[in-house]
Amino acid sequence: MQVTLKDFTKSFDDTTVIDRMNLTVEDGEMLALLGPSGCGKSTTLFAICGIHRINGGQILFGDRDVSNVPSQKRNVGVVFQNYALYPHLTVFENIAFPLQVRGDGKADIEREVRAIAELTHIEELLARRPAQLSGGQQQRVALARALVRKPDVLLLDEPLANLDAKLRLEMRSEIRRIQLETGITAILVTHDQVEAMSMCDRIAIMNKGEILQIATPTDMYRAPVNKFVAGFLGNPPLVMLEGKASGDGRFIVKGGAGLPLPSRLANTPGDTPLTLGVRPEHFGASGGSEISGTITFVEPQGRETLFDVTLEDGVVLRSIQPAREDVSLGHKVCWPLDAEKLLAFDASGQAV
Amino acid sequence: MTRNFSAWPIYALLGILSAPLAVMYLFLVIDTFTNAPPGSLIPNEFTFDHWRFLWDASVTGDVWRPTATTFLFATSMVVIVLTISSTAGYAVSRLNLPFRRFFLSGILVMHAFPSVTLIIGVFLVLQFAGLYNTLIGVILVKASLMLPFGVWIMKGFYDQVPWEIEMAGVQDGASRFTVWRRLILPQVMPGLLSLGIFAFIDGWGEFLLPRILAPSSDFQVLSTYLNVVSDPNSTTYNFNLFKSVGLFYTLPILVLFAVFQNRLMNIFGGGTKG
Repeated sequence: MQVTLKDFTKSFDDTTVIDRMNLTVEDGEMLALLGPSGCGKSTTLFAICGIHRINGGQILFGDRDVSNVPSQKRNVGVVFQNYALYPHLTVFENIAFPLQVRGDGKADIEREVRAIAELTHIEELLARRPAQLSGGQQQRVALARALVRKPDVLLLDEPLANLDAKLRLEMRSEIRRIQLETGITAILVTHDQVEAMSMCDRIAIMNKGEILQIATPTDMYRAPVNKFVAGFLGNPPLVMLEGKASGDGRFIVKGGAGLPLPSRLANTPGDTPLTLGVRPEHFGASGGSEISGTITFVEPQGRETLFDVTLEDGVVLRSIQPAREDVSLGHKVCWPLDAEKLLAFDASGQAV
Repeated sequence: MTRNFSAWPIYALLGILSAPLAVMYLFLVIDTFTNAPPGSLIPNEFTFDHWRFLWDASVTGDVWRPTATTFLFATSMVVIVLTISSTAGYAVSRLNLPFRRFFLSGILVMHAFPSVTLIIGVFLVLQFAGLYNTLIGVILVKASLMLPFGVWIMKGFYDQVPWEIEMAGVQDGASRFTVWRRLILPQVMPGLLSLGIFAFIDGWGEFLLPRILAPSSDFQVLSTYLNVVSDPNSTTYNFNLFKSVGLFYTLPILVLFAVFQNRLMNIFGGGTKG
């Protein structure tokens, strides 16, 4: 089901947290609300499921205006960060609870619970209590409970935050698989860009109660609309260099030498203040211009190695490359820079 | 287990300090089954004579009626306290009540009030309501004096239930009442249980209120019954009988304590988070 927020406004006491936000989540799509803590992403989520009353605007499920419909009647499944399983009930009873509340027959409940347990791979855990489950299993139960009612929308609030690294990887693909299999419209709230990029069809990146950009993960990574988005996506993050255009297709770093500008910016008049964003993969692999400097930091990550290269003028560029040991700390290197892929931002932080 | 200091000095000190209590309780039990010659502590005769009051109403009057009344008194009070505390505690913990802070501080103030200081006011209210000298009146007064404590304790237990559980229940389509009854209440059961036992013990031991608020009525609770037995003006004053009745009166409490002592501890561990 399509979910639409129209001029959604939310304030707590006198503080307006979200001011006239618009967002459309397409039917069957998985959308990530990505942003730093305090950006209003959880507030948005809780408004959609009805825990928070909205102060203005509309929330539509399909054509139905649910702005003033209580949570119980919205038919939304929610997975909370701490899963919020009912500790005194078994897994079966946990999953059956929404159906019992709805007044389904015993046989129906039994059938539905078994079906959803099969989908989420927890058939053998039905008799246990939440305390006897691992984090990943609790997560699956929470998902099953949220999905068993066949909700119109599935909301996930930081679902992976409480899992250890390995489980997180596993559950990432599991949640995505289950979402694709059920074809449910899903909204994922997260502060982790990797989660957002790997699980979702589109990302809505938020900061200070505002949606800055909505795009597919690849588009957003390649063409962020402003400095904030560029800095938020990508790990390790990109290097931002403050400076100005030289007027002849180059970029002059504050108090230093120049770097080439992408050709689309070749005609930028001189002295235009610019910020250049260099992602680590744009330096050291391929490209038209050679940059030389000294390696000042090496961080082996197994499959890849991360280098910090200090140029002669003191500018530090970061480079990530397939693991190599032929160069090490203190070596002078001359690596290519892919100038065409560099990101550039104007004085107000917008991409140019 | 290894310790970094030896424990015996502490045990010795505690032993010495509690010896008077232990000796007192020991003789409480011994004296109910024995007779000792005058001027001596060492008994020389084993007898059930002092327990005759259990079956012979001519000794001190029927003991079973006061026992039943005390039981009724304590149980009714437990029911009232549990019912109101479980709902009121939830309300002050979770609901957006008007004057919530006022309620909370009011509860604390009332909890801090010694009930004796209220007795004149309570007397007037009972007199006015026509409940003076009735069992119901005493039960109501005792229960309401217990309520601030109960509500406060239950609020503490409710505060510890994560709110996500409640929200999950609401999302699952349940009404707030269903959520409370089926999801939240089971989580605070330990609190309710200990509060119930606490209230029962408190009601069982209550002397002042029945004595003052129902002095001439036709019912007696065990504490007032014991008071009659121990009447120092009586010519047939019998220490050992007094001790037997006292022990009989204490037994249910001792049993409750023995069975539930761990639960009673968690009322302070779990309930004090304000």
